[in-house]
Amino acid sequence: MISDIGTVIWRERKTLFRYRGSRLRTVLSVLVPVVLVAVYFPWQVEDWADSYASLFSAVVPMMMVLLTVPDSFAGERERHTLGTLLSTRLPDRAILFGKLVVSVGLGFWMMLGVLALALVTANTAHWDGQVHFYSATVLLVDLGFGLLLAALIAGAGVLISLRASTVQEAQQLLGVTVMTPPMVLGLVALLLRERIADLVEGVGATSAVLIVMAALAAAAAGLVTAAAARFRRARLILD
Amino acid sequence: MNGPAIRIDNLSRDFGPIKALDKLSLEVPSGSIFGFLGPNGSGKTTTIHLLLGLLEPTGGRAEVLGFDTQKHGDAVRARTGALLEHAGLYEQMTAEENLEFHGRINRLGAGERQSRMKELLGQFDLWERRRERIVKWSRGMKQKLAIARALLHRPSLVFLDEPTAGLDVVAAAAVRDDLATLAAGEGVTFFLTTHNMAEAEKLCRRVAVIRQGRLLAVGHPDELRARTNGPRVEVVGRGFSREALDLLRSRPEVSAVESQDNRLSIHLRRAGEVAPLVRLLVNAGAEVEEVLKDKASLEEVFLKLMEEEK
Repeated sequence: MISDIGTVIWRERKTLFRYRGSRLRTVLSVLVPVVLVAVYFPWQVEDWADSYASLFSAVVPMMMVLLTVPDSFAGERERHTLGTLLSTRLPDRAILFGKLVVSVGLGFWMMLGVLALALVTANTAHWDGQVHFYSATVLLVDLGFGLLLAALIAGAGVLISLRASTVQEAQQLLGVTVMTPPMVLGLVALLLRERIADLVEGVGATSAVLIVMAALAAAAAGLVTAAAARFRRARLILD
Repeated sequence: MNGPAIRIDNLSRDFGPIKALDKLSLEVPSGSIFGFLGPNGSGKTTTIHLLLGLLEPTGGRAEVLGFDTQKHGDAVRARTGALLEHAGLYEQMTAEENLEFHGRINRLGAGERQSRMKELLGQFDLWERRRERIVKWSRGMKQKLAIARALLHRPSLVFLDEPTAGLDVVAAAAVRDDLATLAAGEGVTFFLTTHNMAEAEKLCRRVAVIRQGRLLAVGHPDELRARTNGPRVEVVGRGFSREALDLLRSRPEVSAVESQDNRLSIHLRRAGEVAPLVRLLVNAGAEVEEVLKDKASLEEVFLKLMEEEK
């Protein structure tokens, strides 16, 4: 199984961003959040390395997954390669997880790069004679949050991509799906901001972040499990 | 393998109210090219999907290389190669990368992958272009690459779904020649679906004809001809009198005689000597210029079977 996943990863890496239009679209889509998170925010926030403001970096893997998962899954159908892939000895799970590892892994590596770049920006902008690093808690929370968010969107992306007939359709649907919950939650947070502030103060910022991460982990696990249940030859060949 | 490569027993598959496959029973012997003929939508592709374990049957069962397709689909897929209705190649990868991917899937070692790639790409005249991305290749070249991919891991059985569909005459002929060579050289069983009768006639030792999911006939092309139309003799000449035609019709080996202008068409019950019939015509005063032994084409047989089924 591990070697089969490795084979799928090998193939996915070979065609990542090779398809027409996807390279430019990816650069443009990722450039804005990267500039915001790696340059603008750390320039503005004085204690960037010690605050949860760096959680914004989680938007980078999110954007990568948003772009790569539809291309990886709906793209197989659109480019008529899915049938042949399913006719091989590769297990369903190896195909699914191989593709997910590449999308989520790429986003995760980009997040690491952005976090490093943001640290350089923060130290340059707020130089006080010594180099500041992320505290262990902040770094772990940032990485955990980024990974979970990427996994959550990847799970949703697989489910949506398997129903979409084209990559573009899948990306549009996934974009709407991903943007809706933060907008609703943001509105709720705005309306209940005082109660939420009291709650966070009561449990502490780190505990509040951990609670959110636990909720994200449960949702991501649920979506990836649903994607694994849906990603079966007998169903895929009929779509 | 001693037994048949494929054994299908009452296999059915419904898609809602539509019977895509209706109690199909069939055996495909090992080591030959088996033609699976039928018009569009007759159930050919569904049959391949069922045999590869990609679809679950509504009824019946099938064994491929001795493995039950429902219980051991993974074992079937590991031992077979497939070229489905689309070539299924990654167009932004090079020819070499496409084959390397399938070599890795089938766990061929690096050395074996390389030598097998060289062997197959060389056979298809693609070795020199192996490092090109295939997006700009012609359809014929892609189809050859897809066949090479299906054969890469030396499968015992290869499914080819309309391998020459959409190719020009020259490319289709080249693919057919390559298939014939490979079948002879590699000792592989090919399960070939097509609605190109000339192709089936040239390549297949046994054929099955399917329509609306039902098997209409199976056998050697000559057996099918015999079942539908016997052999035929065309005689060109002059002076074919009514008496001469009556004499011909009275012969036991003759099933029918048709006359048009200076051409006689004599339908025989079985293949045999033609000389006595020609002598009979000459003795009755006819002047014979040309005698052509003819047999019905597979296309005629196919059309007749389709007509009977209607």
